[in-house]
Amino acid sequence: MYVAVKGGEAAIANAHAWLAEERRGDPAVPEIGTDQIGEQLTLAVDRVMAEGSCYDPGLAALAIKQSRGDLIEAIFLLRAYRTTLPRFGASEPLETGAMLVRRRISATYKDLPGGQVLGPTFDYTHRLLDFALAAEGHAPSPAPEADPGEDAACPRVTAMLADEGLMAPEQPSDAEPGDVTRTPLTYPAGRALRLQNLARGDEGFLLSMAYSTQRGYGANHPFVGEIRQGEVTVEIVPPELGFAIEIGDINVTECQMVNQFNGSRTEPPQFTRGYGLVLGRTERRAMSMALVDRALRAEELGEEVVAPAQNEEFVLSHSDNVEATGFLEHLKLPHYVDFQSELEIVRAMRAAATPQAMREAAE
Amino acid sequence: MSAAMQNEGYNFAYLDEGTKRMIRRALLKAVAVPGCQIPFGSREMPLPYGWGTGGIQVTASIVGPEDVLKVIDQGADDTTNAVSIRRFFARVAPGLRTTERTVEASIIQTRHRIPETPLREGQVMVYQVPQPEPLYKLEPRRAETKRLHALADYGLMQVKLYEDIARHGRVGSSYDHPVMVGGRYLMAPSPIPSFDNPKMHMSPALQLFGAGRERRLYAVPPYTDVRSLDFEDHPFVPLRANGTCALCGARDTYLDEMVTDDRGGRLFVCSDTDHCGTKQAEAAA
Amino acid sequence: MSPGDESILDEPILSARNLSLSFGDVRALDEVAIDLWPGEVLAIVGESGSGKSTLLRVLAGEARPDAGAVTYRDTTGTVLDVHNMGEPALRRLARTEWGFVRQDARDGLRMGVSAGGNVGERLMAVGARHYGDIRAEASRWLERVEISPTRIDDRPGLFSGGMRQRLQIARTLVTRPRLVFMDEPTGGLDVSVQARLLDLIRGLVSDLGIAVVLVTHDIAAARLLAHRLVVMRDGRVVEEGLTDRVLDDPRHPYTQLLVSSVLAA
Repeated sequence: MYVAVKGGEAAIANAHAWLAEERRGDPAVPEIGTDQIGEQLTLAVDRVMAEGSCYDPGLAALAIKQSRGDLIEAIFLLRAYRTTLPRFGASEPLETGAMLVRRRISATYKDLPGGQVLGPTFDYTHRLLDFALAAEGHAPSPAPEADPGEDAACPRVTAMLADEGLMAPEQPSDAEPGDVTRTPLTYPAGRALRLQNLARGDEGFLLSMAYSTQRGYGANHPFVGEIRQGEVTVEIVPPELGFAIEIGDINVTECQMVNQFNGSRTEPPQFTRGYGLVLGRTERRAMSMALVDRALRAEELGEEVVAPAQNEEFVLSHSDNVEATGFLEHLKLPHYVDFQSELEIVRAMRAAATPQAMREAAE
Repeated sequence: MSAAMQNEGYNFAYLDEGTKRMIRRALLKAVAVPGCQIPFGSREMPLPYGWGTGGIQVTASIVGPEDVLKVIDQGADDTTNAVSIRRFFARVAPGLRTTERTVEASIIQTRHRIPETPLREGQVMVYQVPQPEPLYKLEPRRAETKRLHALADYGLMQVKLYEDIARHGRVGSSYDHPVMVGGRYLMAPSPIPSFDNPKMHMSPALQLFGAGRERRLYAVPPYTDVRSLDFEDHPFVPLRANGTCALCGARDTYLDEMVTDDRGGRLFVCSDTDHCGTKQAEAAA
Repeated sequence: MSPGDESILDEPILSARNLSLSFGDVRALDEVAIDLWPGEVLAIVGESGSGKSTLLRVLAGEARPDAGAVTYRDTTGTVLDVHNMGEPALRRLARTEWGFVRQDARDGLRMGVSAGGNVGERLMAVGARHYGDIRAEASRWLERVEISPTRIDDRPGLFSGGMRQRLQIARTLVTRPRLVFMDEPTGGLDVSVQARLLDLIRGLVSDLGIAVVLVTHDIAAARLLAHRLVVMRDGRVVEEGLTDRVLDDPRHPYTQLLVSSVLAA
């Protein structure tokens, strides 16, 4: 009914009350706690933190609860909260080489210093529904712990390749990187801003873009040089102190892809790097990011830019799911003023066209 | 609205003063270069992108407790999104008065319409803009459209109008019809019906445009030349339904068409609810 | 001022001096100098890789040389430095006094726009705002390039290769430029289509008195169209002179080879 569109205050209030009721579900079932979400839906929490670009597991869990498990909605809630926070400063660069590694694998070497550490992974599980989980009171037996003596240092695979001169060096820069949350992107954006954008881009979008490069749309022959995941320490240098202090540990995942490069007239053949670093245990995102990062280096490396994943403006301006969702869903807002104009013009065109079309048909 | 919104501790009109200053600086630039899109550090708002975040940020950064705010969507004050945005400001801007009367408002935030009541000096129109780039359908690369604006290279837009006439016998854009501002910048008037385009020309009010998702602001200062693109022999014609408002009897306003039954029954009513209500009250008096 | 009454016929319209440009170790242009006089058709010939297309791009301001300069004398007699006049001025020139005909018509046309819109674009870019006049002028130009005006609302995708190339020529010449750059305008077309197109270009260029820089590897096309020839090899000009003289009495061994290989073919 037309008047329903002009529902106004009462309709909105009623809709939100209904939403709250639906969110709670059957009151006979115990209410889920944010601590339960934080402990048991950890990968959802990690995704919300990564794309919300705000490392706060408690708020991410709350956002997931509030959004009824709609993760993009949860990401939006966290972003809207984040944007109001005052800024105290920027952290020092994270030292992922000093990571307390929970998982570390390389696909390019069978064994390497520090070893392959599988960690808590879905890899090699058989994807069979585990009906035991449906029963309550299921407590897994503790996983065996490694001998502390095995905790050797984990040098980076890409550093080992670089020592041999096989890895193209990155351009070092002391310039302060821009901030995609404060300054609108302009193109070409440059790699620092690109990586920022990708680090919080939609996981599905990054995955599809990365996948497209694997299927030949901007192929770049990747190998997983290394994925490492674990805790790193965040440090800041307060201006009044002038030296770095630790403010906490965060979980991150880093992926370094090693990609083929044929060399050019000025450079000998060597490997190039695609880089991914993301908040939380979001490995799929880190790998996707690394592939897309490498694809977006096409122009810099003198490759032909032909595929969507190599097009910086295309990738960066469509990666954000909060922007994309908002604009897509705004189609639900009333558009009857525009539509009325369309109606009038289509009617006018039809009125003008019809006699002519009929004459032509008659001839 | 989110639980966080009910908490104390937000600044007047939600945005912190630093952000407001940043937006006002961009607005000053926009006013100084009429019709030119100015990038700004758009923030995530507690409303979704595409739902008026640009307009809300503009309003939030210019509003004061002494202002009187009117919010319309599709010309009406009681559409859901207008209600939602008005409630937002009522909550985060204590002391701010809201109104549904165009004549009373000092700031009018709008989506898709310009009020029928003529605006006056001192009033500010804030437009919500989904897509600030008038050339995007012809040239999607923003790096390239920026260059076209810099060079005032607008032949492409005229070609599009040519194609419309060649194919349909008339210019095909019935809303968001592009305008030239001050004879220099091609500008998207936001998706207002072409019926409203002439109201932008030489308006005594300051017109501000905010595109949150695309992170652009632009402006038309008072008494600025705003021309709808056309051809000499196919002049721009603002379009409206050929009907009479069923409520106030107006024949010169923009009308919404309402389907009254499933047998083709229709009637028309004013899209501007305030204007329509005023006319009805005058007729009754 | 119409192109016919050039007041300073003894001054070149376009001059290049000491043009050099390298890509890595490859010297695409090596100390190239060229003069073009008003109304003159100058052909740059050579094999692929000789640097002739690079030279055209540098002359037209689309590529910047490592060294050297290109100057253009505009309708007012002002001498402009092509690579230092700034992008706005260069773009204005490119859509008014200059034209560029690409080898692949798809690069020179808007494939999503009708034939009439393609021809009309340059008129609109210089301020034409009367739909009827634009359409009439587009119609006249379609006829002039032997395309039926009934096709005015068709998109170039529906045209044959030869028609597309003729449409590109109409689109370029509609604003009566003084100087047109042509990059292998008959390349990729059937021989019979080529002949007709060359004939058309020759007629239009002479009617309108346009100065043309024509890049081609086709010696026959050069003979038909050009007043003068420049022969390029490995980024250098090895021989230049009046077309008939160079082709009938080639002096440089490379030119002799080029000419004889054409005769053999």
